[in-house]
Amino acid sequence: MTESEFLVEVRDLKVHFPIRRGVIFDRTVGHVKAVDGVDLSIPRGKTYGLVGESGCGKSTLGRALLQLNPPTGGEVRFDGVELTTLPAGKLRSMRRRMQMIFQDPMSSLDPRQNVESILTEGLQAHGIGGDRDERRRIIGETLDAVGLPRWALSRYPHEFSGGQRQRIGIARALVLGPELIVADEPVSALDVSIQAQVVNLLDELQDSLGLTYLVIAHDLAVVRHISDIVGVMYLGALVEEAPSDRLYTEPIHPYTRALMSAVPVPDPDVEDRRERILLAGDLPSPANPPTGCRFHTRCPWAQPTRCADERPALRQIGGSRVACHFAERIASGELRPHKVGVQLTRPLGEGEEPHTVSAPTEPGSYV
Amino acid sequence: MALLDVEDLSVTFARRGQRTVHAVDGVSFSVDAGEVVGLVGESGCGKSVTSLAIMGLLPKQPGLRVGGKAVFDGTDLLQLDDRSRRDIRGRDVAMIFQDPLSSLNPVIPIGLQVTEVLTRHRGMKGAAAEKEAAELLDRVGIPDPKRRLKEYPHQLSGGMRQRALIAMAVACQPRLLIADEPTTALDVTIQAQILELLKELVRDSGTALVMITHDLGVVAGMCDTVNVLYGGRVVETARRRPLFREPRHPYTVGLLASVPRLDAGRGERLNPIPGSVRDLLPWADGCAFAPRCARRVDECVGEPPALVLAHDGRSYRCVNPAPLPGTLPPPAAAGAAPAAEAPAGTAKAAEATAGPVPAPREEEKP
Ligand SMILES: Nc1ncnc2c1ncn2[C@@H]1O[C@H](COP(=O)(O)OP(=O)(O)OP(=O)(O)O)[C@@H](O)[C@H]1O
Ligand SMILES: Nc1ncnc2c1ncn2[C@@H]1O[C@H](COP(=O)(O)OP(=O)(O)OP(=O)(O)O)[C@@H](O)[C@H]1O
Ligand code: SF4
Ligand code: SF4
Ligand SMILES: [Mg+2]
Ligand SMILES: [Mg+2]
Repeated sequence: MTESEFLVEVRDLKVHFPIRRGVIFDRTVGHVKAVDGVDLSIPRGKTYGLVGESGCGKSTLGRALLQLNPPTGGEVRFDGVELTTLPAGKLRSMRRRMQMIFQDPMSSLDPRQNVESILTEGLQAHGIGGDRDERRRIIGETLDAVGLPRWALSRYPHEFSGGQRQRIGIARALVLGPELIVADEPVSALDVSIQAQVVNLLDELQDSLGLTYLVIAHDLAVVRHISDIVGVMYLGALVEEAPSDRLYTEPIHPYTRALMSAVPVPDPDVEDRRERILLAGDLPSPANPPTGCRFHTRCPWAQPTRCADERPALRQIGGSRVACHFAERIASGELRPHKVGVQLTRPLGEGEEPHTVSAPTEPGSYV
Repeated sequence: MALLDVEDLSVTFARRGQRTVHAVDGVSFSVDAGEVVGLVGESGCGKSVTSLAIMGLLPKQPGLRVGGKAVFDGTDLLQLDDRSRRDIRGRDVAMIFQDPLSSLNPVIPIGLQVTEVLTRHRGMKGAAAEKEAAELLDRVGIPDPKRRLKEYPHQLSGGMRQRALIAMAVACQPRLLIADEPTTALDVTIQAQILELLKELVRDSGTALVMITHDLGVVAGMCDTVNVLYGGRVVETARRRPLFREPRHPYTVGLLASVPRLDAGRGERLNPIPGSVRDLLPWADGCAFAPRCARRVDECVGEPPALVLAHDGRSYRCVNPAPLPGTLPPPAAAGAAPAAEAPAGTAKAAEATAGPVPAPREEEKP
């Protein structure tokens, strides 16, 4: 069997969550289409970055890939093995090869376990390291790799700073010797100076261990920095995917363009020169996404034909994959952006009566 | 005379059995009308406490001590009694927070909250107040404002809530607005909308804006003057361009080198600052940044470095600042290079404090 270039291949992946209403009759009144038909492939030893705004389905996609959320449909192949149909026992042994790192290291670590027992737990669960000494050795090497001192072993998570806790989270994933790491917002809870330490650590580990990463983040600059390929999600689907440099120098999809132009750059000269594409309004609710192109309610390039009623597929254009009917004419500059009126978006669970909670006694007293 | 002059502001929290926290330790800055002044720094450096102290919104807990002055248009805000402070707050000075939900009353419709502000500070009532409220919501880009007035905060999205809060802040046409991380909880495309709104407010109404953020990109795009905070003190003050072009304080230099930039290539290694903000030296014993500083020299420890005033209003608190480009670096001081100097190994050595400086570490309560 020849090894495929891709470690992970995802085809038409869907994750829909039922929306339930009613206290007595628990009925399903609709679905949140958190992930709605995603195709992507991650080459071995490379980093795939997934960006998009809050609620677009990034975390759900990451979790579905690891089978932590059962997908509603589609395929996930890991190293040639189809995971969605794998029996539970086989899946368990595959799990060792795919690990996850979370955003908030504090909430993902058990506060009552010291570092040694956090790290030993996984080894025991997967039966790695025959005896105590063997396990000690593996753990020691892992600590070195993530830059934690040996005395960390007897300490508890709250005794560490945010950056060190994230190192513990990374060590917990690494100790099992995985090939794929799904990192969900690995640095967004950290201070800028600490962020850089963790980003560099992830880079170094990839170089030395040949790891494959799926990095999920809303910070485009971080993603650009560590990714080889970047996928941009909007309301449960990819709208554009391209090699990192290409995506940032030549974004094609209107949403990608708007997203890029909104990211502040720490350089006054750049900031003063840039043109911003200001999007009107908020992200529509994924429970009730717009018809046709999901971006058409906010798209400054939207056209009177097709956009509102035909969902664009991801198509190869140049070196990118883009889901837009008018990608070529937008890229060439033939179509110009226009102004879009704001449409109203509501948070999920709209319309219920407000609960009475403890409230400031005076309206507006906080301002 | 500036519109707001904060002089030597200090805030300490003392608790029995615990170390006294010097959350703000002699902060001075000033803001003119129509000017945007940034307070930047990492978590815990005292940005929020500074703004809450100015507004008189710190929780009244035993052990809280506020010192110094915050002179707004001739009045020291810190000396006001609650009543006159409440009058000024809202009428002349307003504040918006990171989490709009916590500053909106959840059981009162948005409209009533806005008209209430109008009644209290501008004496408007009834239909006139309602009309003005709708106009304000419209101005901050809330669609269908007449209907929105009847809705409750939870019925609006995060971005719309932040707009509503800005509308309330704008309602009283404040001369000074303090914004504490107003966009940190929002997506970038929404952030861009809100920042644009704030810029408009400053441009059109001459409002003075204090912008608190940890995002150097936001600073680069918004602020006229920037104050960099570390460990409760301002360590560098400069106009926007000089700060980004030629940062002098090693902490500012370090921050700028650690931020990944959208316009930099894949694979360019970042230069993180070693250690974490918890590795603080108390200012009384020397430079608080010394445990993490690559330019540390012997003089840094012992007593706090004095504020150095440079030309065109720049100042920094450092005895061995980064040289200006084009000038000769000062002769390398012997023993000046702590292990942190070599950026290559920093990830490994990262959180290990270098050198002889005693740094409070894991003992602290988070
Ligand atoms: N277990 C669940 N049950 C119901 N709905 C869910 C569940 N998990 C996620 N969702 C919904 O699915 C959508 C996508 O959520 P997801 O957490 O994947 O977004 P995200 O892109 O990771 O956002 P963020 O940047 O805020 O983390 C959201 O609308 C969310 O409310
Ligand atoms: N009520 C309080 N009691 C005791 N300590 C406090 C209190 N409020 C703040 N502090 C401390 O004061 C210091 C400064 O806090 P502050 O909230 O101003 O930081 P910040 O710069 O706003 O940080 P962030 O970016 O995380 O918002 C911190 O060390 C904090 O723990
Ligand atoms: S298909 Fe139409 S609405 Fe969608 S991104 Fe392209 S131009 Fe915009
Ligand atoms: S005073 Fe010394 S330790 Fe502090 S920033 Fe300057 S060089 Fe570094
Ligand atoms: Mg998420
Ligand atoms: Mg704060």
